[in-house]
Amino acid sequence: MLEIKNLHVKLEEEDKAILKGVNLTVEAGKVHAIMGPNGSGKSTLSYVMSGRDGYEVTDGTAALGGEDILDMDPEERAAAGLFLAFQYPVEIPGVGNMTFLRTALNAQRKARGEDEMSAADFLKLVRAKAKDLKIDADMLKRPVNVGFSGGEKKRNEILQMAMLEPKMCILDETDSGLDVDAMKLVSDGVNALRDEGRSFLVITHYQRLLDHIKPDVVHIMADGRIVKSGGPDLALEVENNGYADILAEVA
Amino acid sequence: MGALKQVSQAKTNATEERLARLTLPQGAGWATEAREGALARLRAMGLPGRRDEYWRYTRPDTLVQPSAPEAALFHNDEGPLFDTIDRVKLVFVDGVFDPDLSDDPALGGVEIERLSDASQADIHWSKDLYGVLETDGQSHVDRPFAAMNTAFAGDGIVIRATGKAEKPVNLVYLHKSVSSDAILHHVVRVESGAELTMLETGPAAARFNKCMEVDVAAGGTFHHIRAQGRDHERRAVTHIFARLAEKSVFKSFTMTANGVLTRNEAVIDITGDDAVAHIAGAALGDGDFLHDDTVFITHDAVGCESRQVFKKVLRNGAVGVFQGKILVKQGAQKTDGYQISQSLLLDDDSQFLAKPELEIYADDVACSHGSTSGAIDEEGLFYLRSRGIPEGPATDLMVLAFLAEAIEEIDDQEIAADITDRLESWLARRRG
Repeated sequence: MLEIKNLHVKLEEEDKAILKGVNLTVEAGKVHAIMGPNGSGKSTLSYVMSGRDGYEVTDGTAALGGEDILDMDPEERAAAGLFLAFQYPVEIPGVGNMTFLRTALNAQRKARGEDEMSAADFLKLVRAKAKDLKIDADMLKRPVNVGFSGGEKKRNEILQMAMLEPKMCILDETDSGLDVDAMKLVSDGVNALRDEGRSFLVITHYQRLLDHIKPDVVHIMADGRIVKSGGPDLALEVENNGYADILAEVA
Repeated sequence: MGALKQVSQAKTNATEERLARLTLPQGAGWATEAREGALARLRAMGLPGRRDEYWRYTRPDTLVQPSAPEAALFHNDEGPLFDTIDRVKLVFVDGVFDPDLSDDPALGGVEIERLSDASQADIHWSKDLYGVLETDGQSHVDRPFAAMNTAFAGDGIVIRATGKAEKPVNLVYLHKSVSSDAILHHVVRVESGAELTMLETGPAAARFNKCMEVDVAAGGTFHHIRAQGRDHERRAVTHIFARLAEKSVFKSFTMTANGVLTRNEAVIDITGDDAVAHIAGAALGDGDFLHDDTVFITHDAVGCESRQVFKKVLRNGAVGVFQGKILVKQGAQKTDGYQISQSLLLDDDSQFLAKPELEIYADDVACSHGSTSGAIDEEGLFYLRSRGIPEGPATDLMVLAFLAEAIEEIDDQEIAADITDRLESWLARRRG
């Protein structure tokens, strides 16, 4: 599904290398997790995948379903099936959550040559999905993320994911700022979306999220590279011993 | 009025050159008196020049020069604005009332007359307002174009609402001559407890000077929604003078897209307790565009609320100006005054010039004002694009979101939706 090869990325403004040869393949239907210390390049990887400005790819490739995505605009990547759940979802005053969701959904359908969804069908769909995530009518009506609590923002990200039905979901520290109950709710939302055609890349600092969203593969990222990969046990090892041992081992 | 100021010879010359092109319309004694009085006041102040403080950000030259600079007619395939709203249309072509194009002015709860007819009558309610509110509005700052308007207005209507108007009155201003120079003066009186919605649409003329005096009696409500027409080269200087009695409501919203020069002045005197005055504007400018909102609100009563909400979206060198003042007089306690003026600059060539002012002589008031100017929020834009919304529509969404606070000042949802539709289609066209 997602195939990243020898990806080198630097910050445009500072000429500072962040990713130094990332190799990663996420197969269809699988959940991969990336863990790693602060500053290892985890979030940068998610931004570069989604097409955010400010990064320059100096070498390597990234393909989604066999299609090179690095030259695509962010909206093209979204239409191709990529979704990034933001670590810090952006507040957009003045744009209603519903308007936003409907515009996004129909823009993607249009880009894929599909018919737009009618207002009635959309309303039915969004209400059903919102209910699962305990998002009330008021939250749907309010401007995008404005005045939302940390947990509400993350739930809103998952709602967007559920509505847009992407093929490749990247979750960037979705657990940050969540209490136990909210983490459960968000994880349930993610798990409900798991199926054999959809892949996940879960970026997190902590093992506890992976108790709820069980990964197939865990990667450890350090200094712009994936230094170790393994099964779910690798996350436990990090939880118990920290990164120091692993880093010493691969150094 | 203060002592006569010394008017420079250059200003006097410019004023006289302009006046040489104009003739005072004839009417009954009171009307002639009002016009002659206004002419004398105009001569005492002179038309504005570049050095006048009140015209610091907006060059008045093309408004002062003897003949109107030509303005090409603008053709578009859009239907008339507010076409689905049941309303009484009164049509002016290049500043002249056209009865054939207009609806029958008979309307429940409202009396409508042409200014020229009203000013033939020796006794008429508009006698107590014509030029009167305009004169009152000259007390702090000279507004020479308004005095010129009172003196020389070639046409206009007088409207008196005696009850709840059955439907809105729509003044439709068609522009059909490239060199038209129109002066219109309207007088509105909303009687106690009455309610009137007035819509104004269209560019009106190559050069347009419009003055509207609005007197809202106790408990009366006046809604005003204006769309200034999309002709690129048109010029306009407009004034609204409003006087608000106890528990009255005055709400005015203006949408301006295009127009090489627009100066909209609003002078609102809140004279009765517990009155409400809202004035808002949404302006979109692209290229050769200067839009100036100049507002002066005086609180001279207890427990009144005023809101000024002005938003401007500017690109390709467009210029936005805001001069807004709240004056709270001694004794005007429990005043709630709010003023916000903001611009969204879509590139580095555009600029926004703002002069917000508060002058408060009462000690128990809540007044706030703010003025900002900034670029589009890149984070927000990226967020929208990351969900699949292409850059163009995502930018439009951000622009409409920016304008939303001003549009929310329109109470009628159907009218607000029409305004939003127009803004959307303007934005979509700009994207090509």
